[in-house]
Amino acid sequence: MNQYLFIIRGGEDMSTKSPEEMQAHMKDWEVWMGGLAQEGKLVAGEPLHNEAKTLTERGTKVTDRPLAEGKELVGGYLLVNANSLDEAASLAGGCPGFERDCSIEVREIAKM
Amino acid sequence: MKESKDIDQTLNHLFRHESGKMVSVLVKIFGTENFEMAEDVVQDALVSALETWKFRGIPDNPRAWLYRTARNKAIDVIRKNKHNQAIDFSDPAKQLLTSEYTLTATMNNYWEENQIQDDFLAMMYASCDPKISEENQITFILKSLCGFSTKEVARSFLTSEETISKRLYRTKEYFRKNKIKPTIPSDEEIESRTHTVLNSIYLLFNEGYSATHSKELVREDLISQALHLCNSLLGNKKTNTSEAKALMALMCFHTARSKSRLSSKGELVQLSKQDRSTWNKELIQAGRWYLHRAGLGSTYSNYHIEAAIAFQHCDAPTYEETNWGAILAYYDMLLSISNDPIVALNRCLVILELNGPKLALNAITELENIEVLKNYYLYHASLGAIKERMKENVQAVSHYKKAIDLTQSVQEQKFLQERITSILFKYGP
Repeated sequence: MNQYLFIIRGGEDMSTKSPEEMQAHMKDWEVWMGGLAQEGKLVAGEPLHNEAKTLTERGTKVTDRPLAEGKELVGGYLLVNANSLDEAASLAGGCPGFERDCSIEVREIAKM
Repeated sequence: MKESKDIDQTLNHLFRHESGKMVSVLVKIFGTENFEMAEDVVQDALVSALETWKFRGIPDNPRAWLYRTARNKAIDVIRKNKHNQAIDFSDPAKQLLTSEYTLTATMNNYWEENQIQDDFLAMMYASCDPKISEENQITFILKSLCGFSTKEVARSFLTSEETISKRLYRTKEYFRKNKIKPTIPSDEEIESRTHTVLNSIYLLFNEGYSATHSKELVREDLISQALHLCNSLLGNKKTNTSEAKALMALMCFHTARSKSRLSSKGELVQLSKQDRSTWNKELIQAGRWYLHRAGLGSTYSNYHIEAAIAFQHCDAPTYEETNWGAILAYYDMLLSISNDPIVALNRCLVILELNGPKLALNAITELENIEVLKNYYLYHASLGAIKERMKENVQAVSHYKKAIDLTQSVQEQKFLQERITSILFKYGP
């Protein structure tokens, strides 16, 4: 069994949504992640704030924004168990974030 | 000033009824091994309520406010303990509490109204695990499910706070060691497990009903908690057994008469001298309703028969018109279920009323070799009463005196002393 990282990017700005919409959306996440947890696939996962500081040029330059913005902005991650990159990708397919214009990049954790 | 008193009262009432439910939900979230964590959250929520409401007044729905606050505090606790080993998140449903994606939605699921009542019942069954001693069961119920402080529990059982803390510790250790997960028992077990729960409820009730407490507030509090717990069982299809209904009936009949049992000075009033017009008719009616639903069918419990006896007393317009014949038959039924010496003793007093002192003396003489009765004050008080009827005054007085020596209850002592005084007054020393 390998571990895979779902890098979740983009998505609509949820801060403009009503509390009811927000709640319904988070319920979808609960259903999806609940399914992964039931199958023993879920390891961890957290959403991220948009605010960021980015360090470049050997850490000497600090910019008060994320490196990538808009559709490229990383909005969160999940760590899951799967047997192959294909299986991991199919697990990612159920993410409710797609309905909100997210993209997911699936990467295997490298054993060094 | 008045307003702050209102807040205290609302909070007190709310806390008695809701704290046990909140603890039950939180224990489900944190696990029984983290009982203190659950109690701390509830305590914090209460303190927040007290502080906030003093400034802003009581909100429209104080219960919802309290629950929301407890839920938010529970979220804080989860965040704080996410990465240490205190809480076991290995269950897939609980794993969702460890991600911010799902924490709030998952937490909300735990606070669904229809589940809270089940969690509360499950906690009642866990507290009344047959492997936990009776005194530890009722101590734990009062503290954790009825929102009593350790001090209040100590006062209820006339013991020290230290003793109560020890009892609570033992129960929590039992939960921890055995990884108890509170659940409502399966259909096969429900009768026997409910029997244990009812036993504890009745012990609580009797603690309030017996006259050992001089403070009326303590008595009323205990009685209303016992009724509340039993009512919770009756509210669920799985747990409203016939025995539970019978106990509810019994407690209703007793409670209906509880005020007339003590005079305004706190002295015991004999059944024959109680003012029957003060008996609570609604409660008697409720008792009848429950007894009817409990049914006296092929299977019946002690509570069925005790309720039937209590009903005979409630139904009699005067003491003289009591149907002693029916009551004696019920006592015989009780004795056929379990040969309890106390029941046998009370039966003698029924014979005293039905057949007079001679036959009562015969009946009580048959009990004279029973060890537990020898130092039981009511045995000697009963002998005194029988002798008094036979006008054997010297013996009556000596039995009453012996009874006084054997009881701790000030009310009972006073009552017995009065019997002696009235004999001496009537017949001289």
